[in-house]
Amino acid sequence: MKTASPFLEIESGPRVDVTWEGKTLSLPEGSNLAAALLAAGVEVFRHNPVSGAPRAPFCMMGACFDCLIELDGVTRQACMLEVSEGLVISRPSEQGGA
Amino acid sequence: MDKYDVAIIGAGPAGMAAAAQASDLGLSTAVLDEQIRAGGQIYRDVDKAAPQRGEILGKDYTDGTRLTKALRQSAVDHIAGAVVWAIEDEFRISYTCEGRGAQILADRILLATGALERPMPIPGWTLPGVMTAGAGQILLKQSGVVARGAVLVGSGPLLYLIAAQMVRAGLPPAAMIETQVRGDTFRALRHLGGAIRGWPYMAKGLKMLAEIKRAKVPRYTGATEISIEGDGKTEAVTFTHKGRRQRIDCETVFLHHGVVPNAQAARSLGVSHGWDAAQSAFVPELDEWGQSDVAGVFIAGDGAGIGGAKVAEHTGRLTVLKIAENAKRLSTQDRNRMAAPLRRALARELAVRPFLDAAYPPYSAALQPTDSTVVCRCEEVTAGSIRGYAKIGCLGPNQTKAFGRAGMGPCQGRYCGLTVTALLADANGQSPDETGYYRIRAPLKPVTLGELAAMNETTQDATE
Ligand SMILES: Cc1cc2nc3c(=O)[nH]c(=O)nc-3n(C[C@H](O)[C@H](O)[C@H](O)COP(=O)(O)OP(=O)(O)OC[C@H]3O[C@@H](n4cnc5c(N)ncnc54)[C@H](O)[C@@H]3O)c2cc1C
Ligand code: FES
Repeated sequence: MKTASPFLEIESGPRVDVTWEGKTLSLPEGSNLAAALLAAGVEVFRHNPVSGAPRAPFCMMGACFDCLIELDGVTRQACMLEVSEGLVISRPSEQGGA
Repeated sequence: MDKYDVAIIGAGPAGMAAAAQASDLGLSTAVLDEQIRAGGQIYRDVDKAAPQRGEILGKDYTDGTRLTKALRQSAVDHIAGAVVWAIEDEFRISYTCEGRGAQILADRILLATGALERPMPIPGWTLPGVMTAGAGQILLKQSGVVARGAVLVGSGPLLYLIAAQMVRAGLPPAAMIETQVRGDTFRALRHLGGAIRGWPYMAKGLKMLAEIKRAKVPRYTGATEISIEGDGKTEAVTFTHKGRRQRIDCETVFLHHGVVPNAQAARSLGVSHGWDAAQSAFVPELDEWGQSDVAGVFIAGDGAGIGGAKVAEHTGRLTVLKIAENAKRLSTQDRNRMAAPLRRALARELAVRPFLDAAYPPYSAALQPTDSTVVCRCEEVTAGSIRGYAKIGCLGPNQTKAFGRAGMGPCQGRYCGLTVTALLADANGQSPDETGYYRIRAPLKPVTLGELAAMNETTQDATE
């Protein structure tokens, strides 16, 4: 069961649909992708390639690589992307993306 | 390929102030930043966020629009969303922007790459739900996202700032677990003179503490043996306070015990660094104008040594005066005349630092983590493994790579480098300077084949 996210959006604005792991999420348009996924209740972004341990955003400034996701077959840092209509994203497939 | 008198890496306060000044002095100037909008860490997305949530973030934040506006109105080429991954051959800058590699040339480089959070390896710090305090703040600034019932762990003014901002957002932290001890306060009092000269900072600090107190946020100071617990995600923080073991349930933890210079680009260029005991970090070796020991390479802002946003702004401008003189756009006399007020402002801003550094030292248990604590987040190398390498003869961080994979993951040691140096120095009875730091090489960030292919197309177009 999915629990409510502890990350709350304090304002509301227009939202767009994004596909995450095959499911549709409605996220604030133009917002930071990592922040939007956290607020939508996504707890695990990737698994560490060495131990398989779950990981999620740590630094929000492009330095730690724990927010890696896959977009159009390329592993990207979610904290360096913005939400736009129709993004199709998932956990990185190969080895946690590293 | 475009060529500039100076290329500035980083559009935080240091880079923005430097760029506007450089262009005013007639230098052709480019500023590159991997963020889509100017601002850096302190003023992240300020143009977008100030109108929406300026009240919560405070005047010290919204003040950043002064710098973004000056940058916008200048003739500077702001190359936004550009991840710089190599600076070579005096100087060719390679970067990725919108999935395509590209290059520019510049006669001089000004690194204004800012700071990183000091790594804070404590048990459980890799669990989902644990973030840096700076990350918590970026969530609020950039996205208007606040964590409900978060616990703040560590020490320093930035921890109080985010706590106060969370209070103003109506979602105060569940608790603050602070690591500074009474002895630190006594030691800091030796620098009381500086604290008084830096009074506006002290007054702001006291005001934030009052806001936190009014919101009845519990504070546990002098906390030790801090650990984050949970099965696959954050469930609680446990710690020892006044001799008693405590446990606070929470889903989010924000860690902070200071920031350190982000030296990745400077190190890749071969700039010498030395250990600064007061800041407990390596800082680049610079002259009084921010000029490094590598010809044509200058550094300003927190990347030159931690001073905060105002210091970053002043050092940005100061460094550009030297660059303009170097480019024959400014006489030595004019340079010195223009530098004088900047130096006075710098001295005023820096007065409070010795007090703050002494009052809020790093959490000692995160500088020498327990054996089972993961130190290298990317490759999951523990403190015990690093100590083991020392036992069998490993003296410096670069040798650890022969023993294991510490520092070889995508973050390139950004969140383990200082810890690995500290562990090896302690185990071998050597100083941090003797122990050294990872050798950093380009690419500073992973580059994909697609990005490189796109770059080749553009360079070929340009040569045809
Ligand atoms: C996460 C975080 C949050 C902070 N929040 C505050 C705060 O709220 N208040 C405060 O007083 N201080 C804060 N600080 C301290 C901060 O370091 C200084 O106040 C100030 O931002 C320093 O200014 P700067 O210009 O030196 O660097 P920054 O403002 O850090 O700017 C550096 C810029 O360089 C860019 N950059 C770095 N490397 C590259 C690269 N390879 N390619 C492209 N671009 C690159 C970064 O994207 C960044 O925008 C924070 C620090 C951190 C790390
Ligand atoms: S959260 Fe650290 S790189 Fe994105």
